Amino acid sequence: MSTDTEAPIYNKSALEFKSSSFSSPVLVIHSTDLKQIKHQLKEKIAQAPEFFKNSPLLIDLKFCNENEHPLEFEPLIEFLHKEKLFPVGVSGANEEQKNTAFKFYIPLHTIRGAHAESKLPPQSTTTNTAENTNKKSSDEAINTVENMLITQPVRSGQRLYAKGDLTILSHVSAGAEVMAEGNIHIYGALRGRALAGVQGNTQSRIFCSALHAELISIAGHYKTSEDLDTLDQQKPTQILLQDQALIINNL
Amino acid sequence: MARIIVVTSGKGGVGKTTTSAAIAMGLAKKGHKTAVIDFDVGLRNLDLIMGCERRVVYDFVNVINGEASLRQALIKDKRCNQLFILPASQTRDKDALTQEGVGKVLKELSKEFKYIVCDSPAGIERGANLAMYFADDAFVVTNPEVSSVRDSDRMLGILASKSRRAENGEEAIKEYLLLSRYSPERVKLGEMLSVEDVQDILSLHLLGVIPESKSVLNASNSGTPVILDEESNAGKAYADVVARYLGEDVPHRFIDEEKKGIFGKLFGKK
Repeated sequence: MSTDTEAPIYNKSALEFKSSSFSSPVLVIHSTDLKQIKHQLKEKIAQAPEFFKNSPLLIDLKFCNENEHPLEFEPLIEFLHKEKLFPVGVSGANEEQKNTAFKFYIPLHTIRGAHAESKLPPQSTTTNTAENTNKKSSDEAINTVENMLITQPVRSGQRLYAKGDLTILSHVSAGAEVMAEGNIHIYGALRGRALAGVQGNTQSRIFCSALHAELISIAGHYKTSEDLDTLDQQKPTQILLQDQALIINNL
Repeated sequence: MARIIVVTSGKGGVGKTTTSAAIAMGLAKKGHKTAVIDFDVGLRNLDLIMGCERRVVYDFVNVINGEASLRQALIKDKRCNQLFILPASQTRDKDALTQEGVGKVLKELSKEFKYIVCDSPAGIERGANLAMYFADDAFVVTNPEVSSVRDSDRMLGILASKSRRAENGEEAIKEYLLLSRYSPERVKLGEMLSVEDVQDILSLHLLGVIPESKSVLNASNSGTPVILDEESNAGKAYADVVARYLGEDVPHRFIDEEKKGIFGKLFGKK
């Protein structure tokens, strides 16, 4: 019967949604002079043709929209397509530019912090070029990892989020929540919730002087206080992820 | 400039108003001109504990709305001429308080007074937030039981992040712990958290332990701040608290079980 072949078997899912992050070059436009942009962009691409070939690209228009005359966005996109660059997002666009973006099926983004605020020399049209990619990436490893240090107790109801490692020199109270994209170090008792590797870093760990946690989680794998009852909780402890299971060791 | 003290806890019924009345009276009796403000608009209590409920004409909200002057609303205490009470309004709710209005009243009081004690309502909503917003010092009143300790912990988090000092990036509010309704006998039986247990969770500077005492209820009923009952343990404990706050070195009392003499054992006097 035809209906049988059309109806898939539902006991195994064919897809799933996952959250992940990737990096892409951001093209920060400072000028509204299309000719100048085209010329300089061509130069940059010539320096590292392989790097730019079929590359996704985020376009940041925040700075160029500070100029009096708005940038003609449509010719810019067409030019990028011609150069085999694929815009995957626009940030800082005005209303007209937004409409143009939708026309080309380009979603809108908000670039937070570093990129949007960075003071780039006005001539440079890209934030990433191949010739200094290696140097840059090592610099970025230092600059963009935003570690956080807390010297006070983290009180009930407080939430902390560190983009890098999170170090707390006091305790974390019951009802508090601390999260980090990297490791979490607590030089006191952990009585609240601690979530390390929240962006999926399975190598991240949690360290604490005493474990009375309500919840611990590494890269989405979690245990609640019910599962932690059998442990010696007064000792310094580390929690790590091994073969998709949380391992809790006394140090 | 006056020093603004907030008496707060998060949880209700732990002894904020009793403490506010006692320390305000204690500071005034030491010769410091002190005002005590009831922030519990709609659930006015401080006037009862202070024994001035029949002298209330204008209140805090009237002053904020410009319907009365501070001078008209402040009630001078009959027992100590250095102490003034600013009662809350009973017919309004917390929305009658505005940050601007509270700030204006505190600024005006600061010119004349040495200490301003703000009696915070329970909860973490508008009234409590405004009571602590302008504070320099916080007395966190906690009972030795888990829910009160947790609520105090929450309040401490708010003190650290939502006060004027925090928002302006100034030196943080000085936080002091006041452990009230403490009963060493029940701690010994394991029915109550000990001072160490509470300190382990809150890690705060302990300003004093107020023992559970019948004299507190008696004092409230008669409208006399318990600190004036110099015979009672609670009264003595509050006197110690005030002395410690003013920088005197007073050893802690009432933490350990009292050794009862033969008469004490026979008559079981607390």
